[in-house]
Amino acid sequence: MMKRREFLKSAAVFVSGAAVSLSALELLDPHEVLAQNPELRWGFLVNTYNCVGCGMCVKACKIENDIPLEANVTRTWVERYVITKQGETYSDCPKGALNGFTSKQIDQNESGMKKIADADISEAFFVPKLCNQCSNPACVQVCPVGATYSTADGVVLVDRKWCIGCGYCIMGCPYGVRFFHPVEHTADKCTFCYHRISNGGNTACAQACPFGARQIGNLKDPNDPVTKAVLTERVGILREEFGTNPNVYYIGLSKEVR
Amino acid sequence: MKRHVWRPLYVVIGLVAFILVFRFFYVPTDFGVQERGYTFGYHRLQNEQEWKDYPAKFKGSAYCAECHDENATSIAESGHGIIPCEDCHGAAFNHPEDPETLSIDRGRDLCLRCHSQLLMPSSQRNDLPGIDPTGHNAGIECADCHNPHNPSLEDM
Repeated sequence: MMKRREFLKSAAVFVSGAAVSLSALELLDPHEVLAQNPELRWGFLVNTYNCVGCGMCVKACKIENDIPLEANVTRTWVERYVITKQGETYSDCPKGALNGFTSKQIDQNESGMKKIADADISEAFFVPKLCNQCSNPACVQVCPVGATYSTADGVVLVDRKWCIGCGYCIMGCPYGVRFFHPVEHTADKCTFCYHRISNGGNTACAQACPFGARQIGNLKDPNDPVTKAVLTERVGILREEFGTNPNVYYIGLSKEVR
Repeated sequence: MKRHVWRPLYVVIGLVAFILVFRFFYVPTDFGVQERGYTFGYHRLQNEQEWKDYPAKFKGSAYCAECHDENATSIAESGHGIIPCEDCHGAAFNHPEDPETLSIDRGRDLCLRCHSQLLMPSSQRNDLPGIDPTGHNAGIECADCHNPHNPSLEDM
């Protein structure tokens, strides 16, 4: 005859033991697991050595995405950095490099144009910039109406019908890639040419680049050239300390680049 | 409770009900939390499709080669073979139907994007042949002497 105390004890042990083994044996739904680890995640690779600062990418982007050419806003741009032998850094980006870099004069805003003699230049390079399509996008978190969002394949988009134009996302982006669209009157940003890449194409900027300085790829595919480069070469990301986990990687990213 | 307490309460309840009814009709059914969760995926699902349907303007050099195949093969062998056709000839849009002809950029400024000499020691720009735009035949179009489709100086 079992005592009541013993029965309760062994029942408690059995139930807790059974509960553990049941949770361990729970079958995973493959669809659910795949949804957490999608097959596709867009990433971008910029090779700063290959960039010659022609600005064809900026022009192509503006035409492709209907951003007025002369408006002082752009989804992508190219910065020039010149580092002197004395260790000073100068950078400029005239009109977002829409017309390329054709002059040795470096635009220093209110202090005017600065020309650095060739003999004083130690390093000089171009850095194309675009939306980093962050894995933890600050711009999305601050949207009060759910007008900007991250897709399952990792592209941050703006719903033009839903955007109220409050500008929080433009302030929230640590990279300054967002702007107010002068025609649509909504927030606007690089979409990685979502209409092109989703239909098997290349981004307009990467397609316009004669030197292969820009490449788009699937970071989930280990055989993709972009993924290979990200895994095997020395790549950098912009403003790592912000914890945004950007998906735009740079080859040859110098510490002077902000 | 007295009626003067209930009356404003009815107004508040009416307002809340109105907002809920308005929201029911105004907010699309596909608006809500999607794959990336509440923080990053709270949006109108249909908008993803709207962006996918955005019309593409640039068609790529392979599209040009479908008709202009002689040009495509000869240019591909030249030093300018790496430049996509649409960089100079402009975006194809729906060419040949609309527009029927593309407006070609033959301007000096286009050539200078790459060939204005700048000292860029850590960039491929340094390896490109460059000129001083003010000293090298200023005011004349580059295409007057150089053939954009075959820039080799020996063949000039």
